[in-house]
Amino acid sequence: MLVPLWTDVLVWLLVLCVLGYAFYARGREHLAAPWRRVLTSPAAMSSTVLLLAFLVVGLLDSVHYRPVLDGRQADGKPVLAVEVVSVLDRLAHDLRTRTEKTYSAPFATHGYQKETVDRADGKVERIFPRLRHGGAHLQDPDHAPWDIAVRLGAGVLLGLAAWLVAAAILASFVAWRGARSFRSTWDAIWQGRTVACWRAALWALGAVLVLAGVCLATAPWYHVLGTDKVGQDVLYQSLKSIRTALVIGTVTTLVTMPLGVLLGIAAGYFKGWVDDVISYVYTTINSIPSVLLIAAAVLMMQVYLETRPDLFPTTAERADLRLLFLCIILGFTSWTGLARLLRGEALKLRELEFIQAAQAFGVSHTRTILRHILPNTMHIVLIALVMEFSALVLAEAVLSYIGVGVDPTMISFGTMINTARLEMGREPMVWWSLASAFGFMIVLVLAANLFADAVRDAFDPRNAMGAHPTAGAA
Amino acid sequence: MFAYIVRRLLYAIPILIGVNVLTFALFFVVNTPDDMARMQLGARRVTPEAIEKWKREHGYDRPLLWNAEAGGLGRVTDTVFYDKSVRLFVFDFGNADDGRSIGHEIRSRMWASLAIAVPVFLVGLALYVTFALVLVFFRASYLDFWGVVACVTMMSISSLFYIIGGQYLVSKLLALVPISGFAAGADAWKFIVLPVAIGVIGSIGSATRWYRTIFLDEILKDYVRTARAKGLSERVVLFRHVLKNGMIPILTGVVVAIPSLFLGSLVAESFFGIPGLGSYTIEAINAQDFGVVRSMVFLGSVLYIAGLIATDISYTLVDPRVRFG
Repeated sequence: MLVPLWTDVLVWLLVLCVLGYAFYARGREHLAAPWRRVLTSPAAMSSTVLLLAFLVVGLLDSVHYRPVLDGRQADGKPVLAVEVVSVLDRLAHDLRTRTEKTYSAPFATHGYQKETVDRADGKVERIFPRLRHGGAHLQDPDHAPWDIAVRLGAGVLLGLAAWLVAAAILASFVAWRGARSFRSTWDAIWQGRTVACWRAALWALGAVLVLAGVCLATAPWYHVLGTDKVGQDVLYQSLKSIRTALVIGTVTTLVTMPLGVLLGIAAGYFKGWVDDVISYVYTTINSIPSVLLIAAAVLMMQVYLETRPDLFPTTAERADLRLLFLCIILGFTSWTGLARLLRGEALKLRELEFIQAAQAFGVSHTRTILRHILPNTMHIVLIALVMEFSALVLAEAVLSYIGVGVDPTMISFGTMINTARLEMGREPMVWWSLASAFGFMIVLVLAANLFADAVRDAFDPRNAMGAHPTAGAA
Repeated sequence: MFAYIVRRLLYAIPILIGVNVLTFALFFVVNTPDDMARMQLGARRVTPEAIEKWKREHGYDRPLLWNAEAGGLGRVTDTVFYDKSVRLFVFDFGNADDGRSIGHEIRSRMWASLAIAVPVFLVGLALYVTFALVLVFFRASYLDFWGVVACVTMMSISSLFYIIGGQYLVSKLLALVPISGFAAGADAWKFIVLPVAIGVIGSIGSATRWYRTIFLDEILKDYVRTARAKGLSERVVLFRHVLKNGMIPILTGVVVAIPSLFLGSLVAESFFGIPGLGSYTIEAINAQDFGVVRSMVFLGSVLYIAGLIATDISYTLVDPRVRFG
């Protein structure tokens, strides 16, 4: 049975919005041209591929359901499990359920700490115990390096094969679009002569597919990134964290955008007392250091949720509700920047001739704003939203560390770092949890930053006029 | 000048009232004191007597805004709003949940915070502006390109990574300074060096890029061309002309940095065990001490507004075109 969580619904809604926008922009040259300019940037193309890979994982993790328990029937109806799981949980079922007792290093066959074991002859001994699942298929654990090397090689080959297929499909698609031969398109892609920078996209895709292949080939037999203190697989945790980061980065914009656009444009367009009131509100909110405002709001939300347990039937829904509230709070504290930008732009636009002409024709305020002001400020909105994504992902980690982030039961980069933050001081050191969390986060944020830069460069009207004289004709 | 400062100060009052009303609404309207008591006392099935006792001890047993039972001025003053919010204006913060005076704690802890925040601020500013000017000096070269790449990479790394990595490298592997703690007096530098260095490094990426954009905007202007045309060297053009003219956006950027200074010290202080305001706030958040959090919100916005006013005044010092209007 499907159990749509609040954030699931909103994430899929956002996906629909983006698809709708893409369809709308396709037929309109002035909207499509900047996006084509984005595609010409190698950094943007490779980061898009990485972001899409993250998005696939995040979306798989955004379909939640309660599985049917096998073989049990009550009143002729199948019994549902109490636990809410996602499609990703189903696909990574082995990773999720094969837990060890405690820490184990990546690709280890033995535990990380010595354990006291009673031997058959009655003696007590301190040894590194064999892991329950990591390398459990091996008769002799000494063969592990050989076994790992073979599986790694197989994984790389698998990834390369998938990559070649993908590259061939892409090349034939490009060839079909341009009505050229496969051969010449293939050469053009690799010599970087295509308009969109497909070469960069293919390199990034290659990296993603090889890594995925390696994981697929080794994860069923080993803990690729080790296990954490309670023995959970770190790779699984990292994959789960992606959804939390994506939700925070995107759902927040559902609050930021309406508030910022509505209030910012209203302040700039109407001026007078409307402007005074709105400016006062955002100056007030701005003057509270955002961490403290977020901390205060989250504390209050905790009290609210704690005293109303009837709002959520399961722990997953409770964690989800808390995530949603966190997004709303982050949105309420971060719309001020966008509003200030749009206020300035609307102040500038309202003095221009075409707006004055509209007013002289007696066009209503609502219509003027919708038809004339809003379309001319959309590039600012778009740039601001894309730029904000990476800041939000980074903020989540800090907030979770302070204790005002996501629910402690929800896996996120912040909670991973928070639980692992003392592990660097251990003897011997446990580095894999922190390294995985930071590694995944850096790739995600770096890709988002590069993509945002490309979007800003392409949509900034100053660049459109000066730097790319051919862009309008393309 | 005096009239200008007074006017700016008067302008701050409605904003502080707004902050106050906002925090009051957040802390008392979203959740009733009963909810808070239930949360603090832990269990869901607490007795009404226990709740009443908690409220009495913490001063929440009065009406929120209007006390009809009291006479005279007491109708306004004998309320939660007056007791908890209005008093903040005279920096009367009341007591924390452990019974200690919040005002005293703030006064004794602020020096540790300042010992970190001020060096981070000054060293950082000098370093970022210098880096940005170097990148602009070598603009459109490989140095500039890779410098920007390094900036974007560094700003994509979580600040927590710099702290954890720095602690591991400097304190554990190299054992140059203690991992955490604080000491007053001459020994303090040992504990301050690492947090300051990490605080500065943590925002090198975003800050350098921001200043670089400012200087690049500036360098396209006519006066720069004039300066070059009359034969000044590129070094003089950059450091004498562009830097001076870039001061206004730099100062604006500095105000933007003040709240993040607060955020930075919040996390860093708790990692490094520095007994400052940041670690005080985190402890209060974890202990759900609402009084302390409320005081820090108010104090934070007072600091921010003070920074804003100081910036406006300093505009007039760096740019003679800005008058006290």
